Amino acid sequence: MSEEQDRIKKVSIVCSKGSLEGIYPALIMANGARMEGIEASIFFTFFGLYAVLKKFNNKIKIATVGNPAMRVPDAKGMSLPTILGAIPGMSAFATSMMSKEMEKLDIPPIPEFLEMIHDAGGHLYACKATVDMFHLTTDDFCDEVERVLTVGEFYELSAGAQIIFT
Amino acid sequence: MATREIAGTTVEVNDEGYLTNPDQWNEEIAKVIAREEGIGELTEGHWKVVKFLRDDFKEKGVMPTIRRVKNAGGIPTKDLYELFPEGPLKKSSKVAGLQKPASCI
Repeated sequence: MSEEQDRIKKVSIVCSKGSLEGIYPALIMANGARMEGIEASIFFTFFGLYAVLKKFNNKIKIATVGNPAMRVPDAKGMSLPTILGAIPGMSAFATSMMSKEMEKLDIPPIPEFLEMIHDAGGHLYACKATVDMFHLTTDDFCDEVERVLTVGEFYELSAGAQIIFT
Repeated sequence: MATREIAGTTVEVNDEGYLTNPDQWNEEIAKVIAREEGIGELTEGHWKVVKFLRDDFKEKGVMPTIRRVKNAGGIPTKDLYELFPEGPLKKSSKVAGLQKPASCI
């Protein structure tokens, strides 16, 4: 096969987790795809849907419980036992520390990031089953969400794409 | 280091064709690279991007991100993608005679 045929042309990313470390990889991969001229869509499902709920997507936090790789005060510090991660405010504190590091790298907050991906021609979709289960309406979503899709429609739109699950 | 002649000037380039010394750049070189990259004739909008990238790199010493082009350069992301399709930051940086951006944003 030639290099052109091997080149990835389209990606469909499924964002299923609602923690900061669950959402950012999906956003970064979608944005990075657009930067390379690759078509990109994100399908937000289950708690990942919180990334596109306008009342909640500026309050997304890191999970400090049940994360054996979590270290304090930085990535090479001592590991944070789950019982300490459960202290009130720990998640907010870890989130604020990481947000500062991300800002240094020019990684935008989630609402701005969604806007950038949308402006870059990326597509954002919400999962119908989750929308029904959480009793949401289109008013709950930020403007960049194009449509609510069934899984079937998601596969249809993903024709020819690499599907990435995060 | 490889060299090549662009628009009558000999410049140093890396194996992907990015200029390795921004001081060797001039507007004629930008026009040639833009044609090679499939961007065509450079308009006022293109020059605004190129000027911002060069000025910002000179000032900060690091390659700006798309977010910085938007927030500090005042160039909407949508416009950047329209001006330099199929790789907005990579292509605009190449036209601007700068290194390939290493950021993911």
